[in-house]
Amino acid sequence: MGRYVTRRLIQAVPLLVAISIIVFAIIEAAPGDAAQMYIDPDKGSDPQYLEQVRESLGLNRPVYVRYWAWLSRTLQGDLGFSFRTRRPVSLEIGDRLPNTLLLGGVSLLMSVVIAIPIGIISALKRYSLLDYVLSTLSLVGISVPVFWVALLLLQVFAIRLNWLPGVGMHSVREQYEGWAAVVDVIRHTILPATVLSLAQTASWSRYQRSALLEVLGQDYIRTARAKGLREWRVIGVHALRNALIPTITLIGLSVPSIVTGAFITETIFGWPGMGRLGVDAINGRDYPIIMAVTMLSALLIVLGNLLADIAYAWADPRIRYD
Amino acid sequence: MVLMGMVLIAIFADNLAPYDPNAINAAYARGRPQPPTAEHWFGTDNYGRDYLSRALMGVRVSLFVGVAAVLFQLVIGVSVGAISGYFGGWVDNLLMRITDVFLSIPGFFLLLIVSGIFGGTLLTLVLLIGALNWMTVARLLRAEFLSLKEREFMVAARCIGVPAWRQVIHHLLPNALAPIIVAATLSVPYAILTESALSFLGRGVPPPHASLGTMLEGAQQWLRTAWWMWVVPGAIISLIVLSFNFVGDGLRDALDPQLHR
Repeated sequence: MGRYVTRRLIQAVPLLVAISIIVFAIIEAAPGDAAQMYIDPDKGSDPQYLEQVRESLGLNRPVYVRYWAWLSRTLQGDLGFSFRTRRPVSLEIGDRLPNTLLLGGVSLLMSVVIAIPIGIISALKRYSLLDYVLSTLSLVGISVPVFWVALLLLQVFAIRLNWLPGVGMHSVREQYEGWAAVVDVIRHTILPATVLSLAQTASWSRYQRSALLEVLGQDYIRTARAKGLREWRVIGVHALRNALIPTITLIGLSVPSIVTGAFITETIFGWPGMGRLGVDAINGRDYPIIMAVTMLSALLIVLGNLLADIAYAWADPRIRYD
Repeated sequence: MVLMGMVLIAIFADNLAPYDPNAINAAYARGRPQPPTAEHWFGTDNYGRDYLSRALMGVRVSLFVGVAAVLFQLVIGVSVGAISGYFGGWVDNLLMRITDVFLSIPGFFLLLIVSGIFGGTLLTLVLLIGALNWMTVARLLRAEFLSLKEREFMVAARCIGVPAWRQVIHHLLPNALAPIIVAATLSVPYAILTESALSFLGRGVPPPHASLGTMLEGAQQWLRTAWWMWVVPGAIISLIVLSFNFVGDGLRDALDPQLHR
C-alpha cells in the first residue's frame, strides 16, 4: 500500500506541472498589459514609468523565463506577491484556506449524514410511496442550479424571516468573545453549507440506493437470510458494509464539485474563502493569486482521487494495489 | 413532454415572444421592475423589458449552449476514445495521460479565468464548456472498444482485412453507441448549469442577450422587492435540467442490459 501511494504521488507531479503550464499559457495569452492596472494615474502613460512598473512586476522577461522562475520559486514554497494587495500570496491563501475547508468540511458532513440514510431507506422500501418521493426529491436536488437555491434560502431565511445571517462569516455589528463567537460562526455557516451540500446529498443518496439494491440481490445475502439471521443483521452488517463501498469512493471523487461549488457559494454568501479569493483575483487580474488558487484546487482534486482509491482498497479487501 | 415543449419554445421563441426582448420601455418601468400584469405575464425588469419575452429567448440560448457544447464534447471525446481504444499501445497511453490532466483541472475556475480575461461570446462559451468536459465520453468509449476488439466478430473482421476506419465506423462505433448516448444526454444538464452559473457570475453570455443565467444575475439586486425576477428564470432552468435528467435516466434504464436481470 505504501508503495502504491508513493507511486501515485510521483505520478501526480507531471500532472500538476502540465496543468500549471496550461494555466500559465492562458494567462500569458491574455490581451492587454497587466502593468496597466498598477500604474499611478498621476504619472499617466509615461513610457519610462510604465517600463519601470513592468520591471518591478517582472513582466518584461520572456515567457519561459518567467514560467521557470515561477516554478522554481513555487517549489521552494514562495508563491510571490499579490498584484493587488502586495501581500505574499501564501499569506492571502493562508488566511482564506481554513475558511474554505471549514465550509467544505461541514457541507461534506451534512451530505454524508443525510444522503446515506436516505439512500438506505429508499432501497429498503423500494417502489413504495416514500421511495418515490425521496427519489424524486433527489432528482430535483441535482437539477436545480446551486446559485438559485442560494438566492432562495437567502430570501427566505435571511431576508424574510431574519433567522440566519446571510453574508460573511462573522457578525459585523457585534464583537463576540469565546463561546458566543463560535456560535456566531456556526450561524453564519448554516446557509452556505446547506447550499454547498445540496447537490452532493442528492446525488449520493441516488448512488447509495442503487448500490444497496445491487448488493441485496447478491447470493451471500440470500445465504445470510437462509442461515436464519435476523433481518437487521443481514441488512446492517452483511449488506450495508458492501453497499457503502461505492459511496466512500464517491466522497473522494466529489472534491472537484465541492471546489466548483465553493467558487459560486462563497461569492454569493460573501464567505471569506479561497473560492471568493479566486473570483476576486480574476476580476482584478491578480495573476499570482489566480495561479495559486488554480494549482491548489488541482492539488485538492488529485489528492481527492487518491484518497478515493485508498478508501476503496481499505473498504473492500478484494481489491489490492501494489 | 416538458423537454419537447422547451425545444419548441427555443425554436419558435421569435414568434412566441409578445414583445421585443431587448426593447427598453423606461416610461413603463420608471427604473423599477414592474410586477406581472395582464400585458406582461412575468412582469418586466427595471428597464421595462418584457420578462416573458426575455425568458423565452433565454430558453433558446440556454438550450443552444447546452446542446452545442455537448455535441462539441462528443466530437473530441469520441475521437480520443476511438483512437485510444482502437490503437492501444503508446498512443493510448499518451491520450489517457492527457485525459488525466484534463480530469484534474479545476474546470469551472478555468472557465472563469478564460471568460474573465478574454471576455466571452456565445461560441467561445460553447467551445470552452465542450473542451473541458469530453473526458467521460473518451474513457467510456475506450473501455467499450477495448472489450469489443476481442470479440469474435472483430477478430473475423480483422482476418478478412477490413480497413481500420471501416472497422471503427461500421463495427465498433455502432456497438458502443448506447453508453455514449446516455452519457451525452446526462451531460446536457451539466453544460446548461455551467453556462447559467458562469452567466450568473457575470462571465457567461454577453449582454444584452438574455440567457436564463444573466437574468438571474440581473435579479440579484432586486431580491427583496421583485420576486418574479429571480423565481421565473431559476424555475425554468430547473425544469429544463430536470427533464434532461429524467430522459437520461430513462434512456439508461432502457439501454443498459445489466438492469434486465
